[in-house]
Amino acid sequence: MLSIDKQQFKLLEKLCNAMSVSGDEGEVRRIVLEEVKPYADEVKVDALGSVLVLKKGSGKNPLKVMLDCHMDEVGFMIVHDDKDGFFEFESVGGIDPRHLVGKQVIVGKDHVAGVIGAKPIHLASRSELSSAVSVDSMRIDLGPEGKAKIGDRATFATKFKRVGPSIMSKAIDNRIGVAILIELLKHAPKNVELCLAFSVQEEIGLRGAKVAAHYFEPDLAIAVDSTPARDLPDYEGNENISYNTKLGFGPAIYVANSSTIDDPRLVRFLEDIAIKEKIQYQFRQPGGGGTDAGAIQKTRAGVPVVSVSVPHRYTHSPISVSRVDDWKNTLNLLHSALKKMTRDLLVHK
Amino acid sequence: MKPLLKTLTETFSPSGYEDEIRKVITKEVKPLADEVRVDALGNLIVRKKPAKGAKDPKKIMIAAHMDEIGVMVTHVDSNGFVRFTGIGGVYPRNLPGGHVRFANGVSGVIGLEPTNQPAEIPPLSKMFIDVGASDKKNCPVKTGDVAGFERSFLDLGDKLVAKSMDDRIGCLVAIEALRALKSTPHDVYFVFTTQEEIGTRGAQTSAYGIDPDLGFSIDVTGWGDTPGQKDFEVALGKGPAIKIRDGGMLSDPRIVDWMIRTAEKGKLPYQREVLLGGTTDAHAMQLVRGGVPVGCISIPCRYVHTPAEMVDINDVTNAVKLIVAMLSNPVSI
Ligand SMILES: [Zn+2]
Ligand SMILES: [Zn+2]
Repeated sequence: MLSIDKQQFKLLEKLCNAMSVSGDEGEVRRIVLEEVKPYADEVKVDALGSVLVLKKGSGKNPLKVMLDCHMDEVGFMIVHDDKDGFFEFESVGGIDPRHLVGKQVIVGKDHVAGVIGAKPIHLASRSELSSAVSVDSMRIDLGPEGKAKIGDRATFATKFKRVGPSIMSKAIDNRIGVAILIELLKHAPKNVELCLAFSVQEEIGLRGAKVAAHYFEPDLAIAVDSTPARDLPDYEGNENISYNTKLGFGPAIYVANSSTIDDPRLVRFLEDIAIKEKIQYQFRQPGGGGTDAGAIQKTRAGVPVVSVSVPHRYTHSPISVSRVDDWKNTLNLLHSALKKMTRDLLVHK
Repeated sequence: MKPLLKTLTETFSPSGYEDEIRKVITKEVKPLADEVRVDALGNLIVRKKPAKGAKDPKKIMIAAHMDEIGVMVTHVDSNGFVRFTGIGGVYPRNLPGGHVRFANGVSGVIGLEPTNQPAEIPPLSKMFIDVGASDKKNCPVKTGDVAGFERSFLDLGDKLVAKSMDDRIGCLVAIEALRALKSTPHDVYFVFTTQEEIGTRGAQTSAYGIDPDLGFSIDVTGWGDTPGQKDFEVALGKGPAIKIRDGGMLSDPRIVDWMIRTAEKGKLPYQREVLLGGTTDAHAMQLVRGGVPVGCISIPCRYVHTPAEMVDINDVTNAVKLIVAMLSNPVSI
């Protein structure tokens, strides 16, 4: 079994603290390129900015397995300079405006520090106090010397932290997937040809993965992502029946969401591997949401897909929380699965 | 035809889980086809090659979807009750009291939480499947398991009723057309598609793989001939409906012309269909690669997406005749 060593924590920290808002993923891309180059047979950056890595298998006609993770995160874009250091902004990707007021942010390539402000309580009217503040009426305040340009991206300033069995960051979704794919490349089994896509623009519509899959034309694909855990206790004493996933219960294997019915052959295969190798796992509750698998599945003449995610609490907020054990078990489930993959997996019974 | 339709409609086949129905159809079409294969997403692709010496054969794709709506387990509670979500267009009001069957053979009934607004239709989250278990441990199903609705085939003479006429009736028409088609000047691909009910996914990828010159789907459409139904002219028994448009597609006028010309020449009854909502596999086929001229032949069907979908056998046999006539002669569009 693979473990999570100091180096991997360091790498995840670096990845999490980088800014990589959809459409401007350069910071994370540079880290990924540096990490993958020594281990890859081929590396390219495609037209949209995704990093595509090939690691050849041995033998004739090895199974072509695409692993995908998105490099981008939700965040903000500066849309208007109001002068005096105030900047109007818009959300990039799905962000709940209730999470925003009073948060520290970093803006632009130089990570200029700012805060998202709103009227203080003693100036706000009664009606203002009883409703959520809209993004339109918030501003990023960089101070009188603060420089930003229209179109600059911004994100939460929260720094990566490890606390006991947990990790916390603004961008666990999906830097944890990025870290896992890099580690899998370093331990790539020879029986398959690995096609790794570090994709752009997932949060705004699975865009990078779509063209990456068109390029690779894989035999099958696994989207590695991070998914919400709504596993908080129900204070009325009812059984929580819509938790999506739970922290500490291992990698979440998908069965269906709004973009995909995960291929039953791949779902059963992953489950069998987890049971055989005694790796803790859970099924993500079928429901809404989507991953890059939705786009990959429909490319060219079709690709069998499944998604696997590391659960985290507090999605798309300034800070999400995951468990190190779930990270480790996800890495090992995928590694064990890759080692056992053969063409038989795709026979229609 | 009726015994085959009974088998087809009673076979388990929720979207993404089409293995059983694919086996049934494969057995029927194998002796009739020149080539049978299954693609990456599970579409069953059945080819009838052009007759020797055929001039300018067109590559024609005909899609009928194998999948049906169903449900999927989201959670088994501590008392063994099964919470679920829908696969495809599952309408809550059609569910209470219904039967479902899981892939592993387990059956269950759909129950409702009590409500103080009995006139309102509760959402799926207030429903559960009772499989007769008493706790989580002895419950024979788990999160992610898939079930189909259960209802036996009913023969009312001309009118036939089943839980999955949508679109097993299209599959039947395709099989019977293939059976009746002795020879064709075209390169014909009958595609029994997967995952239509959740977004015409199988049709999209199979059309990409086949790269047809033109094509059409065979699917059910709505009805306007029962009490209270308004503003939709299609009726059961008046012939297959030739689709002009639906919620996701404008049929290519040349394909519509081809269908109508052939029907009139063969003195076959047909209806013109203008549907405002919903769509079919043709919607996805139209937009692959550089685009494909498409249309759709619809079988009028009452009570779509309930366990009692009804069609008229005469519309079915006339649809078969129409398709055979279309495929038997050269076409230029
Ligand atoms: Zn994500
Ligand atoms: Zn249908």
